[in-house]
Amino acid sequence: MSMIIDRRLNGKNKSTVNRQRFMNRYRKHIKKAVSDAVNKRSITDVESGSSITIPKRDLSEPVFNHGSGGQHQRVMPGNKEFIAGDRIKRPPSGSGNGGSGQGQASNQGEGMDEFTFNINHDEFLEFMFDGLALPNMREKQQQDMMEFKTHQAGFSTNGPPDRLNIIQSLRGAHARRIALSGGTRREIRQLKRELREMEVQPGAMDNERAEHLREQLKELNSKLKKLPFIDDIDLRYNNFVKVPRPSNKAVVFCVMDVSGSMTQEIKDMAKRFFILLYLFLQRSYEQIEVVFIRHHTSAKEVNEEDFFYSRETGGTIVSSALEMTRDIITKRYSPSDWNIYVAQASDGDNWEGDSSVCSKMLVNGLMPLVQYFSYVEITDRQHQNLWREYESIQDSHPETFAMEQIKSVADIYPVFRRLFEKKEA
Amino acid sequence: MTDRQGTSKKKTAKPKAAGQKKTSKKCEPLSMGADWTFDLIQQYDEELARIAKEFRLDTYPSQIEVISSEQMLDAYASVGMPLMYNHWSFGKHFLGNHQRYQSGKMGLAYEIVINSNPCIAYLMEENTMAMQILVLAHASYGHNSFFKGNYLFRTWTDAESIIDYLMFAKSYIAKCEERYGIEAVEEILDACHALMNQGVNRYKRPRPLSAGEEEERQTERAEYIQRTLNDIWTTIPTQEKAVEETDERFPEDPEENILYFIEKNAPLLETWQRELVRIVRKVAQYFYPQRQTQVMNEGWASFWHYTLMHSLYDEGLIGDGYMLEFLHSHTSVVYQPEFDDPRFSGINPYTLGFKMFMDIKRICEQPDEEDRRWFPDLAGTDWLDAVHYAMESFKDESFILQYLSPKVMRDLHLFCIMDNEKNAYLEVEAIHDDSGYQQVREALAAQYNLGNREPNIQVYNVNVKGDRSLTLRHFMHQNRPLDESANEIVKYVHRLWKFDVRLESVDGDSVRKTIACPDSPERAMLELTK
Repeated sequence: MSMIIDRRLNGKNKSTVNRQRFMNRYRKHIKKAVSDAVNKRSITDVESGSSITIPKRDLSEPVFNHGSGGQHQRVMPGNKEFIAGDRIKRPPSGSGNGGSGQGQASNQGEGMDEFTFNINHDEFLEFMFDGLALPNMREKQQQDMMEFKTHQAGFSTNGPPDRLNIIQSLRGAHARRIALSGGTRREIRQLKRELREMEVQPGAMDNERAEHLREQLKELNSKLKKLPFIDDIDLRYNNFVKVPRPSNKAVVFCVMDVSGSMTQEIKDMAKRFFILLYLFLQRSYEQIEVVFIRHHTSAKEVNEEDFFYSRETGGTIVSSALEMTRDIITKRYSPSDWNIYVAQASDGDNWEGDSSVCSKMLVNGLMPLVQYFSYVEITDRQHQNLWREYESIQDSHPETFAMEQIKSVADIYPVFRRLFEKKEA
Repeated sequence: MTDRQGTSKKKTAKPKAAGQKKTSKKCEPLSMGADWTFDLIQQYDEELARIAKEFRLDTYPSQIEVISSEQMLDAYASVGMPLMYNHWSFGKHFLGNHQRYQSGKMGLAYEIVINSNPCIAYLMEENTMAMQILVLAHASYGHNSFFKGNYLFRTWTDAESIIDYLMFAKSYIAKCEERYGIEAVEEILDACHALMNQGVNRYKRPRPLSAGEEEERQTERAEYIQRTLNDIWTTIPTQEKAVEETDERFPEDPEENILYFIEKNAPLLETWQRELVRIVRKVAQYFYPQRQTQVMNEGWASFWHYTLMHSLYDEGLIGDGYMLEFLHSHTSVVYQPEFDDPRFSGINPYTLGFKMFMDIKRICEQPDEEDRRWFPDLAGTDWLDAVHYAMESFKDESFILQYLSPKVMRDLHLFCIMDNEKNAYLEVEAIHDDSGYQQVREALAAQYNLGNREPNIQVYNVNVKGDRSLTLRHFMHQNRPLDESANEIVKYVHRLWKFDVRLESVDGDSVRKTIACPDSPERAMLELTK
């Protein structure tokens, strides 16, 4: 007799632990594969998972095997024209199959030098952002950016009817009834026993006494009945408490120069950088808003499409964008509620007289408001005038201001890592 | 049974039964559709049980578990066992299988069956009803009766206790990980896994175990080992005498079970580390009969799913549709690509085993002159007795040596080639003709001899009184050397033994090649002085 069991509802992820072990063991390899993938991939593709390839020899599980050489006799199927004594040219090594049919171990991925497997989006990001941290989070948390979340914490004796907890209330009522009626019921039992004893011993029957006992029983029973089934003091309500917790909201300002000197190529690089930033912040915050500000001689808030693809020409006045950023912050994103990040990308060109205005604007207007300001200069030339101006800001705000230069696509990810590297306290 | 995708081009002739017995149909088919239900599985299982009993198939009670394809992948990764300790290598196999399954390079097995009591068989929910019946016949009656009947399984494994034991192993290893860290445990397990094939007793029968006893015994064993270990390694008082007796080796006779030797004698292993070695050794021992009976086991199961399905069909319990689906699947499973086919990866154990069992039946029922010459004891006897006897009393090597008939060799066009490194060519030694049958048969049997297939490596000597170095010997078979992975494995042995380890490849009495870890004595000296 067989037993048939439906196991489909059992957990299907029995291998999760082993998978995790494997990933940890080859962390280094996977990280390398991920960072290669980030650089190679098209921009819109950063969001999906990835297949990871590791050289097979790095993760071999060796067992003793015969190598080639010596004498080796093999039986094969499918003879067509051979007869005993025929001589055949030795096939090049490697292509000859291990005729002994050793089963699974040798069948698996024979002839493959690389071990390939898939990781999902979350894992991909985890490896991508491994070792990175949001700058200055702790300071912010200690400040006033508190939000409240309610969650259940036990029961209370009063509250609105919709929070009534029936199970707890009835349980309490039951306990109360047991506690309050205990004495009475004990008495009843005693009287009943006396009465019964009297009834079974005919000689000892005392009518008067019996009558008295019945009276008493009646009285006690009615007393029991008076005990209310449920009372006000039994009622229990679900209790909720408010727990303060850090704000989960962040806003990213993407600021980009779209003046004539910015080619599509440079803008692509900027976009990659911005996407990385967005993905990274997405892991830390539940809610993220992105504000796109582009500028040439004047700044404008635009949607994503316009931000990356529309072309404009003209000169460059960076301060216009900074000013706009500050205005939007004061209007819409109060620093007590929002974590504010600004990322600026530019080829470094700026109108000669404007750079000093920029630095003044940053130091006095913007830097006190924001969590972190990162500037990337995308150019393969010498540093431009904006860079030199910003250098002084970096000196005065080493915690909240960072800048790097990107020369080619391959630099984007390393630069990003440098900007957000976990800093030892 | 693996789903060999795309291997079904060649259809074998349709069995005779299909046309013949239509007239004797007694019942309506229980089901015609592709979808299965638990009720139908139950009904078919009862019918199969009834028929199997008529064929005297003695089985453990079977436990049929329906699982999804993801769960099947999980089961793959833990070598088919319902529970297994955690190790990264299982994760690696899982990822590899998963990748290949998703990209369509691999089909999943229709079932996995486990040698335990009750015998657990996994059915995939994706299978059609016809496939579920086939799988039931194959696993719950074919493999199951093999596990219960074959002498190797009877002597070497204990179906009653394996699940218990794995439970013990899993929790013990988890405890060790908690206590000593995952890395420390992995270090030992990695090394043991590399030596798994050298961790079995080929001749000495192990004692059956249960989890409860095992836990009790484990503490006793720990004390005992530490005590006797000290006996081996007390060198101080007898130092001078010992130097004279250099001829005496320890162990006196070479020990084939390297893991056993390490568990009992490695000088510096901690108690829990010894226990890990033991666990890997026990698991290896459990799988040892499986590795020795691949052809027979799969052949037997295929033979019975074929026979049982035909019985169902003859009784009218399954219709033509199911039968055609079954035959299609069956022919793919027992398809043998030829040696020059790109799909060729050795002899398909299903094909060889199935053909041989079918052939035994044929020889019993319709022997010709050749069969009477080759199998005088078999021709004309009761086929059911004959196949049962064959299943119970052999392993692949002896089974082939005993039963591979000229007809099967002709059908498969078997030929034997010799690859001698001294020659620039391969030589065809024998083919499927009168002068070659005997030689092909012997060569194929030898090919299934694990002793030939795997390098023979044994513990040869320990320098007990001196530097405690361990010498392993590889007794070369037909001059065949070890492959490169040997270097890595010697390092693993060193990790367990913790003193110098040498692996000598010997041919006769002369040492051909030595692999040592640490690499050379000079380097070891350098490390010491640092």
